[in-house]
Amino acid sequence: MISVHHYLLLSAILFSIGTLGVLTRRNAIVIFMCIEVMLNSVNLTFIALSKHVGNMDGQVFVFFVMTVAAAEAAVGLALMIAFFKNKESIDVDDFNMLKW
Amino acid sequence: MGILLFYLTAFVAVIAAFFVTKCRNPVNSALCLVTNFLCLAVLYVMLEAPFMAAIQIMVYAGAIMVLIIFVIMLLNLGTSVKGNYVHGLAGGGVLAVLMLFLTNRFVANGQATGTGGEITSEVIKSVGHTELIGRAMFTDFLLPFEIASILLLVAIIGAVVLSKRKI
Repeated sequence: MISVHHYLLLSAILFSIGTLGVLTRRNAIVIFMCIEVMLNSVNLTFIALSKHVGNMDGQVFVFFVMTVAAAEAAVGLALMIAFFKNKESIDVDDFNMLKW
Repeated sequence: MGILLFYLTAFVAVIAAFFVTKCRNPVNSALCLVTNFLCLAVLYVMLEAPFMAAIQIMVYAGAIMVLIIFVIMLLNLGTSVKGNYVHGLAGGGVLAVLMLFLTNRFVANGQATGTGGEITSEVIKSVGHTELIGRAMFTDFLLPFEIASILLLVAIIGAVVLSKRKI
């Protein structure tokens, strides 16, 4: 029988892997994808606990998390394109100025 | 049977997530991320949330991944990096392992209470998952729903302003 603990452990593992990627990678787009992994693990927690509790609110929250992730994708990728136009690089170690 | 499917899907999801962080080529990372999204969609179906699985595939594996791959190809980043592609591996690894340890302890020692809400498997089967989501979203969560539409509008305008050379 699959209990809610299985899903919580799985999402904890996925969240830690996402954290590892965010902290260690240098490519900004890969960091962005690792943030998506973290958001997805949180979504899994929401849906597992929503089923466990027997309430629909958690799944509505997943919907809003997806909205925020879509907005973040649009703005973040536009920022990366603007940065690449000026620096010819997408390495986060080059992100060292506030304006150009 | 269900537990076997769960372990298989969870294994593939964890491996795919690991290779998102590990692959040198961003395109390979993106493909591993799509695999991870599909595994999570399977888990959502197992959790009796088929609408969420459909949204996961359409929004994440469809829209967001197309955006990411479009940017990778627009900036011509599809070649693997020769030199150093990570930084702070020791600190990041220690922090991630510590976080994994703490969350595992928290989950193993804790007890998930609060069962017995009104949305059971029978209700989902008889009413339908999409209708239940719609009812919750357009009655209890109407104001956050409208705020989400404003957020998306602001994000679209911000993306256009940021990526345009001259406004």
